[in-house]
Amino acid sequence: MSVLVVQGLSKSFGGVQAVGDVSFAVAPGEMLALIGPNGAGKSTCFNMVGGQLVPDAGSVLLEGKPITGLSPRAIARRGVGRTFQITATFGSMTVRENVQMALLSHRREIWQFWRPVAGRHAEEADALLAQVGLEAQAERATGVLAYGDLKRLELAIALGNAPRLLLMDEPTAGMAPAERVGLMQLTRRLATERGVAVLFTEHDMDVVFDVSDRILVLNRGTLIAEGDGASIRANPAVREIYLGTGATSGGH
Amino acid sequence: MDSLIPQLLTGLAGASSLFLVASGLTIIFGVTRIVNFSHGSLMMLGAYIGWSILTRLPRDPEWFVLGILLTVLATALIGVVLEVVVLRRVYRAPELFQLLATFGVVLVLQDVTLWIWGAVELPLPRPRWLRGFVEIAGNRFPFYDLILIFVGPVVLGLLWLLMNRTRWGTLVRAATLDREMVAALGVNQRTLFTSVFALGAGLAGLGGALSLPNASANLNIDLSIITDAFVVVVVGGLGSLPGAFLASLLIGILQAFGIVLVPKITLVLVFLVMAVVLVFRPNGLMGRPQAEAREATAAAPVIRPAPRELRILGLVALVLAAAAPLVAGEYYLTVLTDACVAVIFATSLHFMMGPGGMASFGHAAWFGIGAYAAGLLMQWLGAPMPVGLLAAPILAGIVAALFGWFVVRLSGVYLSMLTLAFAQIVWAISFQWVEVTGGDNGLLGLWPPEWARNPATFYWIALALAVSVALLLRRALYAPYGYALRAARDSAMRAQSIGLDVKRLRMVALVIAGAACGLAGAIFSYSKGGIFPTYISIPHSVEALLMVLLGGLQTVAGPIIGALVYTGLADILVRSTDLWRLVLGTVIVLLVVAFPEGIAGAARRLWLRGREA
Repeated sequence: MSVLVVQGLSKSFGGVQAVGDVSFAVAPGEMLALIGPNGAGKSTCFNMVGGQLVPDAGSVLLEGKPITGLSPRAIARRGVGRTFQITATFGSMTVRENVQMALLSHRREIWQFWRPVAGRHAEEADALLAQVGLEAQAERATGVLAYGDLKRLELAIALGNAPRLLLMDEPTAGMAPAERVGLMQLTRRLATERGVAVLFTEHDMDVVFDVSDRILVLNRGTLIAEGDGASIRANPAVREIYLGTGATSGGH
Repeated sequence: MDSLIPQLLTGLAGASSLFLVASGLTIIFGVTRIVNFSHGSLMMLGAYIGWSILTRLPRDPEWFVLGILLTVLATALIGVVLEVVVLRRVYRAPELFQLLATFGVVLVLQDVTLWIWGAVELPLPRPRWLRGFVEIAGNRFPFYDLILIFVGPVVLGLLWLLMNRTRWGTLVRAATLDREMVAALGVNQRTLFTSVFALGAGLAGLGGALSLPNASANLNIDLSIITDAFVVVVVGGLGSLPGAFLASLLIGILQAFGIVLVPKITLVLVFLVMAVVLVFRPNGLMGRPQAEAREATAAAPVIRPAPRELRILGLVALVLAAAAPLVAGEYYLTVLTDACVAVIFATSLHFMMGPGGMASFGHAAWFGIGAYAAGLLMQWLGAPMPVGLLAAPILAGIVAALFGWFVVRLSGVYLSMLTLAFAQIVWAISFQWVEVTGGDNGLLGLWPPEWARNPATFYWIALALAVSVALLLRRALYAPYGYALRAARDSAMRAQSIGLDVKRLRMVALVIAGAACGLAGAIFSYSKGGIFPTYISIPHSVEALLMVLLGGLQTVAGPIIGALVYTGLADILVRSTDLWRLVLGTVIVLLVVAFPEGIAGAARRLWLRGREA
């Protein structure tokens, strides 16, 4: 059964249709890439799944249950982890504490006023940090991490919620090329090991073709192609929006 | 019905005066992002300078106009000095420290004004040509008020021309939208900021001078006008000139009719309007969401448990404090009791402001609610002190929960302004509802029971409560709740995406802070034997801010140190010099310039130097 099923999702902003009638599904352990030129509607799609935007029409089902229009918090509670295009972490905490927060929240231990956080679920946090290769930096302040490390920390935080679905918005934006492939192969491995479904948007085509199982191509808010790397590469419609038809000279 | 038109005209005249002050405030905020507490002081200076000039000039209309213009120039000049000497040095400091610095300026200017012009109110005798009346719809209406009514729109028109028809105005508008981009395009920020401040100060001076014929130059102008101006600017939308104009009309007319229709609640009315507007339009009538400053504000440092040395130091201080009654005289015991109250006052504010990220400009509201709860329980039911001390935090907590519903949906300056508005409402109730609160005379006769009346015993009780509150708050901050609260402050987006309920976390922080602060108010009332509306005044709220910011936001020990330093400093100053405001204000400004992270923060930085990556 698919972890995520999206049916007929639509959203307009003041008369401009950003996303129109988009449907897709993601299976456990599958990595689905959402690509398309700027303004294609990737982020809008993403934010409707994550709860940041309420769709005008259509439905989002997580493991068969509707989550359409729920708040980001409620969606997170149902097992959706998320990383952001511009990293969002808790700057006044150490790397380990960031992951501990996710673990405490997942176990519903937030509303406790007495027992200190220090040491709670620390081993589990360290294990997650080890999976993303940050174990050596557990004690450091989050504010001093390199950008690539912050991205990996976000992944560890998202995993702390034991998610069924991971939403990754431009997971490699702002990273060096070598790091990009590293991070996505790490995600690939985790997805396979844990059976987590991953939906991600990405601009770097090397990354997309390297790790994704399937690719969705959006243009002007509608789905124009769907398939594996080879079929997308060969698809004339996709080539047209990325490369132009060559019919007009001076295109880029 | 008869009084409709005159009331309307009075309201319009009031609106004009409000707009003059608020327009300057909103322009300054738009460009420099500084909430200028000292704007009311500039208006006050305008009134005094205007008085000095106008009483020396012939009393003809043309000389009156010249005198006003000279006043505007003089206040604009003072604005320039202020910007160059103080504000320029704090643009990079966190928002609240800028506010603190401008409050320091308020204190300094209060004493300077007192020193130059004396404590007596200075009325300006109206010249004959200003004393006339005009007949409108069968009512006699003061000629001068008509002039005022026209000044507002004229100034708005001139400002509009300045903003839309000159290169300077374009730069100001651009800087209001995105000052980093303006700087990146090679515009000299220094001159732009200085000239904007001069314009704002000049407008305040104009407002002050024009208020003379109807009122007088007095020392209360600064704080009374600044709250009204804040309300106007916030209701209109921070940085929006047309918004400020619209809001001035709204508030001015509301005040004029309120005095006739519901004289009992005029003070409350204005702030209620502000609260309602903010609930429905969180960015004011014509404001837009504030653009995030792109200059990365340094992330708050990681909070780690205090080093062993600090714990030992704290323990030593505690032992000394407990032993104090053995050596200290009665006077010092009172000061020490005040210090205990201050510690609760400051730590409770720190709880919501530091880890909670909600800066309150009206923390004294909870102090007052706690105090009045204890006082009224005693008066109505004869409740003894232990009951009062228990009821105060409970009641303050309940009110905080109700208020929290409004406040947790706002952020930044708007949130702070709503807390200020709320404190003013509470103050107004305590001041105007004489039958219940005793009004200005307060509630008297609130003494501790026989067994606790000895100053030493009462001090020990206060000390025990202060230490318990501080330790409990600290405990909560190191527990999952405190971490989650801090997480919500660091990144609300991330907090939500791991399933944290940001609004509820903040709401509970407000309730805890309010309850603790209510306890402080009750202890204070029992130690003084009475409760007065001044407990809820703006200066008292600012005292709490001062303590927290002096000590530093980023450490748990900060507010305690701040409370002690502030209480000691204030005590020494009040006893040793008449110019204590001048000295305190100067100290505040110097501290903000020298230690933007507070005393404890600076100490922590020196301590950690070379110890942490």
